[in-house]
Amino acid sequence: MIKPRVCVLRAPGTNCDVETAFAFENCGADAERVHLFRLLEDPSLLDRFQVLCVPGGFSYGDDLGAGVVFGSQLRGRLGDAFGRFLTADKLALGICNGFQVLVKAGILPDGGEGWSGDATKPRDMTLTWNRNGTYTALWTRLRVCSPKCVFLRGIETMDAPIAHAEGRIAVRDPAILDRWRERGQVALCYVDSAGQQCADVLPWPDNPNGSFANIAGLCDATGRVFGLMPHPERFLFATQHPTWTRDGRQGEGDGMKIFRNAVEYFG
Amino acid sequence: MLWEVEIRPRTGETDREGERVLAEARALGIDTLERVESARSFLIEGEVDEQRVAQALEPLLADSVVETTTIRALPASDGLPRGEAPVLLNVLFKPGVTDNVGHTARLAIRDLGVDVSAVSTCRKYYLAGPCTEEQLSRLAARVLANDAIEHILRGPLALNSLAIGSHYQFARQEIPIRDMGDETLQTLSREGQLYLSLAEMRTIQAHFQSLGRDPSDIELETIAQTWSEHCSHKTLRGRIAYKDADGEQRFENLLKETVFAATDALRKEFGPDDWCVSVFRDNAGVVKFNEEFDVCFKVETHNHPSAIEPYGGANTGLGGVIRDPLGTGMGARPVCNTDVFCFAPPDVPHAALPPGVLHPRTVIRGVVAGVRDYGNRMGIPTVNGAVFFDDRYLGNPLVYCGNVAMLPVGKSEKEVHPGDLIVAVGGRTGRDGIHGATFSSAELTHESETLSGGAVQIGNAVVEKMLMDVVLVARDRGLFNAITDCGAGGFSSAVGEMGEQTGAEVWLEKAPLKYSGLSYTEIWISEAQERMVLAVGPEQWEDFQALCASEGVEATVIGKFRDDGRLLLKYDGNVVGDLSMEFLHEGRPPVVREAVYLGPQTGRKFRLPRPKRTLPDAGSAAANSCLLAILGSLNVCSREWIIRQYDHEVQSGSVVKPLIGRRQDGPSDAAVVRPSLRSSRGLVISNGMNPRYGDLDPYWMAASAIDEAVRNCVAVGADPARIAILDNFCWGNTERPETLGTLVRAALACRDVAIAYRTPFISGKDSLNNEFTFAGPEGSQTITIPSSLLISALGQIEDVERAVTMDIKDVGNRLLLVGVTAAELGGSHLDLVLDEAGAPRPASIDSAAWSSVPRVDASAAPRVFHGLHAALRAGRARACHDLSEGGLAVTIAEMAFAGERGAEVQLQAAADAAGLDDLTFLFSESNTRFVLEAKPNDVAAIQAAFRSAGAPEPIDIGRVTSGDRVTIAGRNGESLVDCPIADLRAAWKSPLAWN
Repeated sequence: MIKPRVCVLRAPGTNCDVETAFAFENCGADAERVHLFRLLEDPSLLDRFQVLCVPGGFSYGDDLGAGVVFGSQLRGRLGDAFGRFLTADKLALGICNGFQVLVKAGILPDGGEGWSGDATKPRDMTLTWNRNGTYTALWTRLRVCSPKCVFLRGIETMDAPIAHAEGRIAVRDPAILDRWRERGQVALCYVDSAGQQCADVLPWPDNPNGSFANIAGLCDATGRVFGLMPHPERFLFATQHPTWTRDGRQGEGDGMKIFRNAVEYFG
Repeated sequence: MLWEVEIRPRTGETDREGERVLAEARALGIDTLERVESARSFLIEGEVDEQRVAQALEPLLADSVVETTTIRALPASDGLPRGEAPVLLNVLFKPGVTDNVGHTARLAIRDLGVDVSAVSTCRKYYLAGPCTEEQLSRLAARVLANDAIEHILRGPLALNSLAIGSHYQFARQEIPIRDMGDETLQTLSREGQLYLSLAEMRTIQAHFQSLGRDPSDIELETIAQTWSEHCSHKTLRGRIAYKDADGEQRFENLLKETVFAATDALRKEFGPDDWCVSVFRDNAGVVKFNEEFDVCFKVETHNHPSAIEPYGGANTGLGGVIRDPLGTGMGARPVCNTDVFCFAPPDVPHAALPPGVLHPRTVIRGVVAGVRDYGNRMGIPTVNGAVFFDDRYLGNPLVYCGNVAMLPVGKSEKEVHPGDLIVAVGGRTGRDGIHGATFSSAELTHESETLSGGAVQIGNAVVEKMLMDVVLVARDRGLFNAITDCGAGGFSSAVGEMGEQTGAEVWLEKAPLKYSGLSYTEIWISEAQERMVLAVGPEQWEDFQALCASEGVEATVIGKFRDDGRLLLKYDGNVVGDLSMEFLHEGRPPVVREAVYLGPQTGRKFRLPRPKRTLPDAGSAAANSCLLAILGSLNVCSREWIIRQYDHEVQSGSVVKPLIGRRQDGPSDAAVVRPSLRSSRGLVISNGMNPRYGDLDPYWMAASAIDEAVRNCVAVGADPARIAILDNFCWGNTERPETLGTLVRAALACRDVAIAYRTPFISGKDSLNNEFTFAGPEGSQTITIPSSLLISALGQIEDVERAVTMDIKDVGNRLLLVGVTAAELGGSHLDLVLDEAGAPRPASIDSAAWSSVPRVDASAAPRVFHGLHAALRAGRARACHDLSEGGLAVTIAEMAFAGERGAEVQLQAAADAAGLDDLTFLFSESNTRFVLEAKPNDVAAIQAAFRSAGAPEPIDIGRVTSGDRVTIAGRNGESLVDCPIADLRAAWKSPLAWN
């Protein structure tokens, strides 16, 4: 099997890059932590990678809103490089702050489709403040809602922790949900403790941020560009689960599969 | 041009800040306020037209999916944009206060190719409803702004410019100290915020008389900083004549003869197996972890800054302690944080607060948010903590922040070479935090807020994260020779300490500034955050500088280390200070203090008027009611509101989380963290503290705190033979012999118990003068905090898969009580809840129990820990929980609701064995006790493990049931507790269920 090259892209304030790179490496990838400044110096650097992952953290302190400054850096000078990457048969993953970055950059929800790198094009959706108004860290139960997403292949339900202040998906027009569903973009949803999906917005803590249609993760229509608020890299081992001492879990955690799927896509 | 971009929530989005202010206004009794609408705005100065602001800047600054914007030119000529909201209050940072968001905005706007010279942020409040001027100013001061860092402008903003810099005209200042009389010396010490004693001022005077010249201001400031209590710990390292009922004792150096002495004795005993690496000399203590890494631990306090500006104080408290391990050895990588807070109760009526005091709710919210925003942004999980409440923390809250970090083996030593460059790395220097070191050594008064506003620092975690990233790479590439953090005292402290053996020369004009206008002395003593000082060899400099530049971190040569033991300070080539390192570090006259221990505190404690509490009527026995009251008391209740705001899982090392159990809402005893994902070895972090015991006996308070920290560690599976501990003494004014006496007594217990438990102290800290003085109705009144010793423990577990949690798990399993219960209800929570409700002490309890503070059996306790550890390591226990506040009853209740299983307990055998009545047995807080859950066929093996350790066998007290109740039957079989676990959980969760 070839070893896909993974670019774990970090900016000032990124802080989940080490464990995210570990997760990819552990699944057989060749992961490199690349500083955004290197990419800005030489945008063609991106061409060397098969997988791009923007990990979690507080890029630029989230001072102007989560992911805003990092997202704005991906347009402009890097617009062409990203255009090439997103339209090629390659994978992009944004986790937590990385998801926020991909959304604020305009890379999600539609991936390479119509990518222009244009900063002034108004977005249809955003990731904004949790309903409770506060940074919140807790474990959530998730269900895969689309067969399209490459990263979620073979997964039906999974547990993973969230840890964010601005993880609520908000949309300009709720009708967009039909489009997303038709195109298989609603990749991952928060479900209740019984694992059941719900038409209405679930209450806290099942839907921890009040996200629109209980959506936890979105992918583009190709399934190759994916962003999610929960942290799969924090559930690589059974011992990371909050009830592992009760339920006899052992070995690998649910999150590992996401990274393995990315590696196996190139297998 | 100066533009304002005002941003408001779109219709349908919640205006949380507006809601908060309205609720707080109501709590303040301002009932006429009808509506509050909040907005945020950016003030942008530069050559840019309105179209550019709207097209380029607006999408960067606001999120048009959920927000709307208004752009206006300043000064605003128009009236209020909202006719029906007659009052507009704008909250802006005071000039010079760090504005992180404004700074980021300026850089991001520049990246878009738009040239702006300055960006500031502002919060805006539109108030509707009739309010008097008095009400408005009360609202402004108590709810809207913190006067220490912010100011309020009313109405449309009439600003013209954001420029804050000023021209600095160099002039060397001399202080004519040689001719001063005692009184003038004292005035100089106080008004110059040097906070030195007369003896110290006289020593300085004599020194300069012998030199035949007067000192410059910077020389005096350097000495004051170096000799401050905060930096030199002169009381605890000074001479003390101590007296108690047993006689007199003299100490040449209290710490050396107690805390350090214990470690020295233990290291000798460990011999070739000594696992301490570096103790009590670097910025953090270091012990062995595995073949690859050693582990560092440091806990510090940031009390006085947090009293004045809770958010900034706590924020920089955590930021500061993270720089300690980063500045230990050649730099350690932080892996987790721990935070312990002491507050006054949040239910105090506003009207009862003395002048100059922030409401405890404001303090709590600010401190929690400050720790949250720094720790989360650093990407360091906050895994453990505690919160204590006592009326006496009013005006002087305590904020302890700790950090654990990994240091590669062999990197614990560093050496400054003469000729090395002095390099400042990280944040820029501003006026923030001038006089922090000396201020934190003084006592707080109701005027502190105005006097010491400059001592408040604001942190910027991302700058520190970037700094940390480059330091760790530079360490691995061998690009520097020594490193230390810039904490209290700023460059003065960092360079003074690093160059103690060599000497140093500093070129103060080279330091990068946030804005112009700082004097050379301000540059030298500023406590601006996120700075480290490194000794970089001239041959390393080029690579080091390139590395820093590649990640956007500023590194500047500000001087070089010398070989002549002089501290030479220059500004633009002018010598402004020339001190000998020897005088600076060795010249301070020894502090000699009297200490006396008078026995239990009998005087009336300071008490706040609080709403009357009643015991919940649970329908049946008193025990039931007391149990619910203790679960719902502030020191015991759930901290979920705080914990859920902290990222406790970043870095992916989490094994035992702060909240655990079936619904993840049970209180775990300690955190287990795996610092390296490629190894199964884990760290265990816990703490112990009980200021309530200190009122009765500080010796047993200290002993109990050590026991609590150690038993929390052992309860989750840590090896009792590998637990290192830290001390943090927060005390009142130790110039009073009776206050110092309680500290000496606590230090003696530290020595005795650490030796007995074989748990070396590896680092520590003290913060004295934690008192608050205000003008009360009967004249000046001083509130002294309870003597507060925090013990933090760092344990290790060989295989994290052997970790045990406190939630009971399987129906039919047995519950075993470990340890010996005595009639020890002194300082107990049973006493507290009865007292708060004004309820009589139950007649069945022997009256002597109320004055018996829990003791430790120093010879028996280690055997219990080893017996327990053997049982846990062998996988014999399904759950384990220690007994602390509220004793057995609370432990059983917590285990049951965490596991969502019933528990059925009979006290008969155990209480008979102890010879105690039911209530004493249920609520006694005796140390070194645990409850275990075990499968029936593992009970014998557990008993055997204790027997072989020479400890008493655990007693079977009941079983796990499939029901939803906790029942506890007394000696005669009667029901003491019979309560649904849902009620127990609700009582425990309700007091701090904030949002």
